Amino acid sequence: MPAPTCIVMIARLGKIIVLGTTDAIGVWAAVGLFSSRSWAPLTCLLAGLGVLNFVLLSKRAYPLRYILPGLIPFALMVAYPIIYNMSIAFTNYGTGNRLTKDQVIAHFENMYYLPEGSERFAYQAFRDADGNLALLLVSKDGGELYLALDEVLRPVDAGDPRFVYEGEEIVRIDGYHQLSRREVVRLLGKLQGVSLRRGEDTIRLVSLNEFAVYRRSYRYDQERDVLVDLRTGVEYTPVQGTFTSPTGETLQPGFVTWVGFQNFFDIITNPRVTGPFFRVFRWTFLWALLSVVSTFALGLGLAILLNDPYLELRHVYRTILILPYAIPGFISIMVWAGLLNVDFGVVNRILRSLVGVTIPWFHDGFWAKVGLLLVNLWLGYPYMMIVSLGALQSIPQELYEAARVDGANRWQRFWKITLPLLLISVAPLLVGSFAFNFNNFNVIYLLTGGGPPIPGAQTLAGQTDILISYTYKLAFGGAGAQYGFASAISLIIFLIIGTISALNFRFTRRLEQMSGGL
Amino acid sequence: MYSRHTLPGKILRHLVLWMAIAFALFPVVWILSASVNAAGTLVGQRLLPKVFSWGHYVELFTNPLHPFGLWLWNSVKVSGIASLFTVFLTALGAYAFSRFRFRGRRAGLLALLLIQMFPQMLAMVAIYLLLLNIGRYIPWLGLNSHAGLILVYLGGALGFNTWLMKGYFDTIPHELEESAMIDGATHFQAFLRIILPLARPILAVIFILTFIGTYSDFLLPSILLTGTRQYTFAVGLRLFIQGQYNTRWGMFAAASILGAFPIAAIFLSLQRFIISGLTRGSVKG
Repeated sequence: MPAPTCIVMIARLGKIIVLGTTDAIGVWAAVGLFSSRSWAPLTCLLAGLGVLNFVLLSKRAYPLRYILPGLIPFALMVAYPIIYNMSIAFTNYGTGNRLTKDQVIAHFENMYYLPEGSERFAYQAFRDADGNLALLLVSKDGGELYLALDEVLRPVDAGDPRFVYEGEEIVRIDGYHQLSRREVVRLLGKLQGVSLRRGEDTIRLVSLNEFAVYRRSYRYDQERDVLVDLRTGVEYTPVQGTFTSPTGETLQPGFVTWVGFQNFFDIITNPRVTGPFFRVFRWTFLWALLSVVSTFALGLGLAILLNDPYLELRHVYRTILILPYAIPGFISIMVWAGLLNVDFGVVNRILRSLVGVTIPWFHDGFWAKVGLLLVNLWLGYPYMMIVSLGALQSIPQELYEAARVDGANRWQRFWKITLPLLLISVAPLLVGSFAFNFNNFNVIYLLTGGGPPIPGAQTLAGQTDILISYTYKLAFGGAGAQYGFASAISLIIFLIIGTISALNFRFTRRLEQMSGGL
Repeated sequence: MYSRHTLPGKILRHLVLWMAIAFALFPVVWILSASVNAAGTLVGQRLLPKVFSWGHYVELFTNPLHPFGLWLWNSVKVSGIASLFTVFLTALGAYAFSRFRFRGRRAGLLALLLIQMFPQMLAMVAIYLLLLNIGRYIPWLGLNSHAGLILVYLGGALGFNTWLMKGYFDTIPHELEESAMIDGATHFQAFLRIILPLARPILAVIFILTFIGTYSDFLLPSILLTGTRQYTFAVGLRLFIQGQYNTRWGMFAAASILGAFPIAAIFLSLQRFIISGLTRGSVKG
């Protein structure tokens, strides 16, 4: 190795500085995560820092330094989300269950109620130059005087030397001056948040003119893990993230908790979920299959026509026919949605004037599916055409000559030579296209939005929803965010796609072996 | 396989192709005509507009309610930056896979191919919650930020691209870098000064493929961007049209054409390069 030049030295110094800074920030963040007991992110952070230091400092890991910059966003935005997603699938995360258990307990322990016949106080409010409040309370039961300079209510004597009287009234207390009624009204929001302690009692504002002794509504018993309603004595135990009484009453909000396979059981056993889910499930497969078959059939047909050396203008045709592929999909889909508009769309207007029918594209489940397939055919055939054109050229012409000599007709030549040989090179791409359409969110969501709704069913799923658009609706569809359930469904999609890909890999290898014999 | 056509055969072939072309151009022609039709409604649409007008295009940029110019710029910005970084990260990774021999190299390459099978959007819930949490500590990288969206896109930088680029790097002779390194260059300098300039065509292809891919993405920006001024073109256009085809057709048409034109132009002029890249791997929607 040549002697390090000046630039190399500077680069090394720079590396050390950058790494040192990163480590410092990382450790600082780790301490924060440690104190907030966020174990999963903490583990990830420490592992990440370890890898980073190893890669940048070890000579053996030199090649990794080139891969690492791409690996970091990959780990953060692909690998981690996938794992995180899997873990959410086993929780009840969603609307009504967003907080941690500690937060929910704190929420309930902060709730108070006004018992009957509770002690009441008249009050005067004071404020010092810094804006701090002081409250002077007079019990309406016994006339005792109390002063609160902080959160604690302390008994005081009417003759306290800090009090400055003006007639009967106390107008100043040791730097605090009395607030007028109008000022008090303006501060009402702040006063409502004030909670004063006197021994076991909690004293809060009850009306514009009065404070009163409140009692805590709930107490959490850590040892028995129950939340006790202090008014009724009913004990609420946590059941799947919600505090529930023996009679089945629940307290909202619930908290995020591990529910095991509950989301998956729901799919199979909960009648409100099962029906729509399997409906969506079936259509997803059918949709992907029909999309592949239709686009491949049209694409291959056009490719065979265009591959013909005797055809005039074939390059012009080819360029025009590729056009749908060059337009961003989301735009063409939305344009099609307008063209297929049932009442005013161009397609129906043409059909009306030609054959006098109006097709209910978006109002009827069957026609919505036909519309989707039609639009996806438009979007997808150019890809199949391009792929087939390439594959057709790799089929040796001698085979056709030989077949012709043997007396095979055009039809036989297509089924016995073209298609089998073409499939060898194209099959993996067809499987890829199946997987792509299986998750073809854009077409479904932007064309029909999953609609029309399933008649009579209380569900987010529409008649044309596929699994991925159903997932999207469950998580972000507006009617509550069911993150846990949505993640469970995307986990199922993962498994399906994984199986398809694994089969594809094995299948491809076998096809290659087959073609190797030719 | 093919033979000379008889006259009926010839007519039949061209007829079929003309029908296919009619299908392919159908939405294109109608949207072009709608964009210059002074009557901006779906009802008023006809193939040849009665009154010709550029009004819809002008309104796109003057109507403050629907900042199409801003949305288009957001899209170009996000896609441009994401593609630029993607190209650089991919080039770095592909260089390592092409030039170094290290343990886990084969497994790493295979893993990249495998993971590519799982679209990132499947983890949308987790990505959303992750950005929500990041945003609590680093607001400019959280939800509703372009930086956050770009970071999400960069997660997919490695993957099939790496294979494509590695294949190209493999065809560049090692001797070029070796002589540079004898002259005192480090590996990294050789990569920067020699490999990258030679690999310009594949860098361009990956840049364009990534640009088109991110530009056309709807799902992730629709989840992650919450403010209308942050929207990308895809999300903005959807917001604009949402069920109101009948009354907003003209302006929608103009916006569609403006949004589609740059991509279609790039695609058609470079189709040979792009198609070779595309057909070897992923499928575009």
